[in-house]
Formats: sequence, C-alpha cells, structure tokens
Amino acid sequence: MSYSVSKKEKNNFLKRFFPSNNLGDFIFERLTWLFALSVFLLVILMGYEMYEGSKISMQKFGFDFLVNSEWDPVQEIYGALPIIYGTIVSSLLALIIALPFSIGVAVYLAEVAPPWLEKPLSFLVELLAGIPSVIYGLWGIFVLVPWIRTDVEPYLSDKLGFLPFFRGAPYGFGLLAAVLILTIMVLPIITSITRDVLKSVPRSQREAALALGATKWQSTIIVLKDAKSGILGATMLGFGRAIGETMAVTMVIGNRALISPSLFDPSYTMASVIANEFTEATSEMYLSALIQLALVLFVITIFVNALARLLVWSMDRKWKTT
Amino acid sequence: MENDMKKSNLFYYRKKITSFIMMSLTFIAALAAIIPLVLIFYYTISKGITYLNIDFFVAMPKPVGESGGGMANAIVGTLILIGIGGAIGIPVGIMTGTYLSEFGNNKFGYIVRFLTDVLSGIPSIVVGVVAYTMVVVPMKHFSALAGGIALGILMIPTITRTTEEMIKLVPHSLREAGLALGIPKWKTTLSIVLKTAWKGIATGVLLGLSRAAGETAPLLFTALGNRFWSTSIGQPIASLTVYIYDYAKSPFEDWNQQAWTAALVLILLISLLSLLFRIITRSKYKTN
Repeated sequence: MSYSVSKKEKNNFLKRFFPSNNLGDFIFERLTWLFALSVFLLVILMGYEMYEGSKISMQKFGFDFLVNSEWDPVQEIYGALPIIYGTIVSSLLALIIALPFSIGVAVYLAEVAPPWLEKPLSFLVELLAGIPSVIYGLWGIFVLVPWIRTDVEPYLSDKLGFLPFFRGAPYGFGLLAAVLILTIMVLPIITSITRDVLKSVPRSQREAALALGATKWQSTIIVLKDAKSGILGATMLGFGRAIGETMAVTMVIGNRALISPSLFDPSYTMASVIANEFTEATSEMYLSALIQLALVLFVITIFVNALARLLVWSMDRKWKTT
Repeated sequence: MENDMKKSNLFYYRKKITSFIMMSLTFIAALAAIIPLVLIFYYTISKGITYLNIDFFVAMPKPVGESGGGMANAIVGTLILIGIGGAIGIPVGIMTGTYLSEFGNNKFGYIVRFLTDVLSGIPSIVVGVVAYTMVVVPMKHFSALAGGIALGILMIPTITRTTEEMIKLVPHSLREAGLALGIPKWKTTLSIVLKTAWKGIATGVLLGLSRAAGETAPLLFTALGNRFWSTSIGQPIASLTVYIYDYAKSPFEDWNQQAWTAALVLILLISLLSLLFRIITRSKYKTN
C-alpha cells in the first residue's frame, strides 16, 4: 500500500517539473521560451537603460525639459519644446498629405486593379518602403532640395505669400523638404496596411452594395467605412514611422531648434537632434539630455504603435468572429 | 411620370460619372506613388554609375583632395556588421517565432507578440542610443560589436513575425502525422514543421538582413565609421550607409559623387542578398 502511494507522489513530483512526459519536449519548450523571454526583457532593458542614462538631465530639468523652448548646449540649457514641435509638425503635415494618396492607392490595389496589374504595383509600393532611409536623404539633398529652392518655394511665396506658412528666404533645406520626404516615406506603409485591411473586409459587403444598385464608388465607400479602425491604425503606424525617421529628415530639415510658422524655415526633430549631436556631446549633461530625448521618443513610439496595433487587431478580429 | 424617369436617369448617370471619376483618381494616385520610386532609382543609377568601377570595390578611400579611390573597407564593414547582427537576430528571431506559434497560445505569448510588434516600431536611432549605453559605454570605445548588436536587435521583430506566420501555415496534418508515428514533439517541430516552413523563414531572415544593411542611424555612434581597413569587431568599423551620410554632407564634389556610387552599391548589395537567398531556397521539393 505505502509503496503505491510513494510511487504516485514521485509521479506528481516529476509532473511538476517535467510537465510533458518527454524530457526532450520539456527542454525544447523551455529553450524557445527563454528566447521569447529575452525579447520581453530586451524591451524592458531598453527603457531602463535610457532611464538610467538620462537621470542627470531629468534631475536638473524635470518637467521643464518638455516645455522649455531653449536648446543651448553651450549654456548647458536643454529645453526640447522646439524639437518636439518640429517632430510633431513635420510628421503630422506629412500624414495629412500622404493619407489621401495612400487611401487612393490602397483602394486602387484592393478594389479596382486587375490582378495582373495589382501584383507588380504592390511590389513597387513595397520596394519604395525598402529603400534605405539614407538614400532618401541623399536624393533629398541633391534632387529634392534644389528643386524646392528654385521652383517650389518661390512659387509658393509668390502665390500664397500672404500666409505666414510660406514666408522667408527660399533656402531649400527646411521643414517643407522634410515634410515632402516624410510623405514619400510613410506612403508605402499606410498604403500596404490599408490595402490588407480593405482586403480583409468580406466580399459579401461589396456584393450586397452592388446588388442594391450601388456603383463601384458607393460600394467602396461602404468598404472604407467598414475598414475605418484599420485605416486609423495604419495611419498611426505611419505616424510612428514618421516621428522616428532619422537619416532622411536629418539630411534635409536644416537642423536648427526653432519654432516658426513658416515651412521654409529650418527645424529639428528628436531623431535628427540625436543623430546630429550625439557624437559631439562632450559633457555628461549634454549626453544625458540627448538620451532623455531618446527616451521621450521611445515612450511616444511605444504608445503610438501599441494603439495602432490594437486598432488593426480589432479590425482583424471583427471579421474573423462573424 | 416621364419627368420622374428623366430625373432618375439623370441621377443614375451622375452617380455613374462620379464613380468613374473617383475610380480614375485612385488610379492616378497609384501612378503618382510610383513617381518618387522611379526618380530615386533614376538618379541613383545615373549618378552612381559614373564612379562604379573595380577600384570602388577593391581600393581604400583616398584622403581629402585626391580623387578616385574606393570603399572596400565599407563594403566589408557592412558585411561584417550584418553578420554580427544576423548572429544575434536570426537565432533569437527564429526561436521566439517558434515559441509563439507552437507554445504561445497563452498570456505570455500574447505579451511577447505584442512587444515584438512594438519593438518593430521603435525608431532605429533609439536602438542605437541603447546600444551605446549598453556596449559602447562599458567598453569605453566605439566598436563593430556595438553596431552589430544594434542591427541584431532591429532584426528580431521581422524574423520573429515571419517565422511565426510561416510556421502557422504548415498544415496540422503534418504535425499529427509526425506525432502519430511516435516522434516526440520537439523532433516533429524541428524536422517536420521548421523544415517545411524554412523557405518562408529564410525570406524573413533575408528581409531582416537587407533592412539591417540599409540602416544608418543606429551605426552613427556605435560602429562610428573608420577610414582605414579594419575587420576587428572590437574596433570602429566603416559601413556603406555611414559613408553615404558623411559624403553626402561633405562640400567636396568628388565625395558627393562617391556617395551616389555607394548608394548604388548598397542597392546592388541588397538585391544580391535577395537573389542569393532565392537561389539557396530553390529546393527540389515544392513546399506548400
């Protein structure tokens, strides 16, 4: 009697530590689990490292870091407001221009294009997303900026110069160049996700509309309405990409911490400040301020991306359950 | 009655015309989206090709003022950097992807999946800052290792997600067939599931590697750059992308030209990577 009980206990003991009967299975599962855990820890470690690195600057400036508008490394005063302003304005303007285009392209790819044209077009759009950022910047410096300087800015200040947005010397490098290059860069991201989202809307939605006598455009509007949250998610992913975009923006934005309504003036973004000044940061405080900037960027992008993913996921689930 | 008919006819045509116009606009948007792509390729090829010669691949950069020279050190540097990145990103990515698809149907799996998505959205420059504080500061100098680690972190999300997606595509019947033959689960996963999905996984790996090859921001203050020949992972190392950035900003016409050539070589390198993988992954058996 006692023998059988002890055997049972032994089994329980083994079961607790080796849940599946096979030792190999157990090791394999734990091994892959460890790698998954490492990804989990990595994200936390990243936040922690930047928190540690920016402690000095946080203690000195506190909340002022975000609202002070003076960024002066010589005086050791670091206020990130003009930089945050430049980041958000350049990204938002790029999104405003890119969004109608992206939705147009996505609608064409998902709803209109014949299959033989859809594949190569999708490929080209994805190719646009695959070009390294530094090549966009190179193209920006030598092609886009001269064009903006000689054609776009004189034209805009001539026709729309009464607005404060289009005043100042046509210098080429500035907010306008950054906005245009960001527009090109976020377009493929928003397009490809929107296309996928549109395709996930069931065919029956379109067929129902068409059967009721709707035109192609009217049925597309219905599909777009169904895909609303997914498109919003795609837009937010584009926004996340735009605020973190570094090289191309750094190369064309003019790099001066300045709050100005004019699109012709140079500006600065968080990513480009870090790229531009990190290796020059000689004092500990300077470095700490730059790391704090990275931390702010990290937190913003995590927030934006998390929200975007939730929106796209909710869209996915909506059609899977019905 | 007739008036009504006319009205509804008018309405009908108007709605038809609106539809036609809107659909044409989407086509125009699609064409417009391709224009920047064409322009960028046109300029990169036409401007880059002038300096594209054997020297560019085998010679070292010349000092300021002397024309000519090449970027042999940067080409090798880029390869070393993505090699280090791959050594970190590929195993972590594939194993994590395997965990997520095979065992990840729980809360922890959900969190990790979410974090990989979040990680893919973190700007590469932020990853560079982290690599700086984690590797460069303790080592007290810039190094290829720090740059490679930054690139490795950037590869993880791409490889993880593709691995998971590709493994999920493997039909359940294959797994069940393996298990029914008495093969333990781990062996089934490795020798049947992963083997079936490996083409797709390789595509993800390629995507991760080619993206890493094009990264500049995380290398600026980790690998830094080097005007001399170096293959040591403990020393600063040159890379094509950092060269493009430096040369594009420089006031020398000659360097600007070389920046275009470096851009062309970078694009060729990325295309070569994808071609190489396509050849490797062309298996005898048709999967899927």
